[in-house]
Amino acid sequence: MAQIRIENVRKEFGPFTAVQSSSFTIEDGEFFMLLGPSGCGKTTTLRMMAGLDLPTSGQIYIDGEEVGQKPASQRDIAFVFQMFALYPHMNVRGNISYPLKSQGMKSSAVKKQVEEVAEILGITDILDRPVGGLSGGDRQRVALGRAIVRDPKAFFMDEPLGALDAEFREHMSEELRALHDRMGATTVYVTHDQLEAMQMGDKIVVMNHGVVEQFGVPQDIYDWPATKFVAQFIGSPPMNFLDFDGMIGTGGTEVRLNDVILPVPKSIEGANGKLTFGIRPEHVTLDDSAAYRGRVIATEYLGTTQIVTFDTPNGLLKARVASHEVINTGQAIGLRFDPRTITLFDATHGGALRSEANEGVLNHG
Amino acid sequence: MSFSITEPKKGTKWFAGVLVVGYALITIAPLLWIIATGFKSPTDSISYPPKVIFDPSLEGYVNLFTDRTRATDDMLEAKGEPQTWYEQIARDQGTIISGPSRYGERFLNSIIIGFGSTALCMVLGTAAAYAFSRFRVPLKDDLLFFILSTRMMPPIAVAIPIFLMFRNLGLNDTHLGMILLYTAVNLSLSVWLLKGFIDEIPVEYEEAALIDGYTRFQAFYKVVLPQAATGIASTAIFCLIFAWNEYAFAVLLTSGTAQTAPPFIPTIIGVGGKDWPAVAAGATIFLVPVMVFTILLRKHLLRGITFGAVRK
Repeated sequence: MAQIRIENVRKEFGPFTAVQSSSFTIEDGEFFMLLGPSGCGKTTTLRMMAGLDLPTSGQIYIDGEEVGQKPASQRDIAFVFQMFALYPHMNVRGNISYPLKSQGMKSSAVKKQVEEVAEILGITDILDRPVGGLSGGDRQRVALGRAIVRDPKAFFMDEPLGALDAEFREHMSEELRALHDRMGATTVYVTHDQLEAMQMGDKIVVMNHGVVEQFGVPQDIYDWPATKFVAQFIGSPPMNFLDFDGMIGTGGTEVRLNDVILPVPKSIEGANGKLTFGIRPEHVTLDDSAAYRGRVIATEYLGTTQIVTFDTPNGLLKARVASHEVINTGQAIGLRFDPRTITLFDATHGGALRSEANEGVLNHG
Repeated sequence: MSFSITEPKKGTKWFAGVLVVGYALITIAPLLWIIATGFKSPTDSISYPPKVIFDPSLEGYVNLFTDRTRATDDMLEAKGEPQTWYEQIARDQGTIISGPSRYGERFLNSIIIGFGSTALCMVLGTAAAYAFSRFRVPLKDDLLFFILSTRMMPPIAVAIPIFLMFRNLGLNDTHLGMILLYTAVNLSLSVWLLKGFIDEIPVEYEEAALIDGYTRFQAFYKVVLPQAATGIASTAIFCLIFAWNEYAFAVLLTSGTAQTAPPFIPTIIGVGGKDWPAVAAGATIFLVPVMVFTILLRKHLLRGITFGAVRK
């Protein structure tokens, strides 16, 4: 088990820069999510950690040892591929025992260890089956078995649930998380699914265009996004952005949107010009006494809650409200924003402005 | 993975059966005719209308494997009783066996050169195809085209330069020379074919093996090769068939020690009239190795071993 540290890692493929100078640390035993849209460099980052791609520059430390330019076979890590990559010319037992054979382990010890792993994963009865006829879930388990059998320093998983059916994913993600908790192994998991990341991860790195946008625990990333990209990528529906021209001084506690004064967390970083007022849908309450108003243009029923879309002077806004409230399209309603939850962004570069509320999170990342 | 097969109607099956058997007969008939001719007497072999039912004779095979001299009755008398069945057959034609023919040697040459060049071609071709498929080779496309272009010249156009080169290198009429030549000619085809097969094998298998603690070469040897078996088998068959049947280079570049069977068989015709049964016998034996090789590799040709192991 190991701590993994990435320092200024950069990867170029010819003229294309896949990952730009990224740094972060994965603590021992963490379930760590690399999250981002496709093409953001998350898989490349993972492959560099695993040694399947070598970084153009920068250092990778596994357990304190610099392994940046070492081949995968010397890093003592396990990798679970999206398409599982089970060796088709071997049966289940052959697949799981393959990493042990490379270490020259005795066949009696191999047999024992494979059976232990099969027991953990509940695949004892399929050990002698060829891998070709297995269901998606069983293939996934065999791939996991091949990964855990060697007791490596870390597990790397590249969208391991991506190839599974939707109904089975949920089940498998619970199984994966339970397996991690049982083994306590450092796990790095790549996904483009923000829900999966929030659900399973101890920590998340959000990447976009080869850049680390934010790094932290799911709750912090959700509540206090460092950039507009993170605010929009995480959460469904995403954070609302109300664009306005205005200013806030250092120590300011309010902004003026469309001539309405709205309280915000005490600012540490003043700004002037094009700004964005960010608020999560669940932090908007409907209150006719509120001065800031919007007109309802749509409602979506989601069971316990409903999503109401408003047209406001500063753009569209979605609010998550209890589904029993009766709301009619066309109605104008006052909107109240929970002042403790607001993030202000500089609209030109998309970065969050520091306030007393998000300072701790942003300094950490 | 699921699929359904509908049981065809009885009439359809019958029709399909007749079609397949009919086609097989048309294809196999010339083969059967060659084999049959090998067992005919020279008279039966050229009789008109052609004989389908005949008295089998081993004359063709005896004539193929022996050199004979024509003898007068007095000479035959002086020789005494024939010692063996094949001497008897020769005597019946009024000839005496003067020694073994060179067919056996030529056949062995064909085996050495055909299988040797095929093996060499597979080793080099698989390595080259793997490199082209997996690594960033500079000028990859140009190199691949260059390799293919070596196949564009007809043998007869390059035979004279090759003859001159071989003469200077001392490779004329040697097994090594012919193996190198056939390898060079076949390599373009095998690199192209094998690259296609290796491209189809997902790179994740090797990456999994690398992660599992194997070296690049072990990953290639233990993971890629077994999955490329189908491709290697079919490419090997193509290479063997070419090297086995090759005539033009063999005629021009070999004469004594390294001559293969194809240029030798026609020379049989000239020995003591038109000896068609001997030619047919030579052709029949010549057919066997490629047939056996293909049948042995049939399993690999038919087996899609990656079926269902990868979710794409």
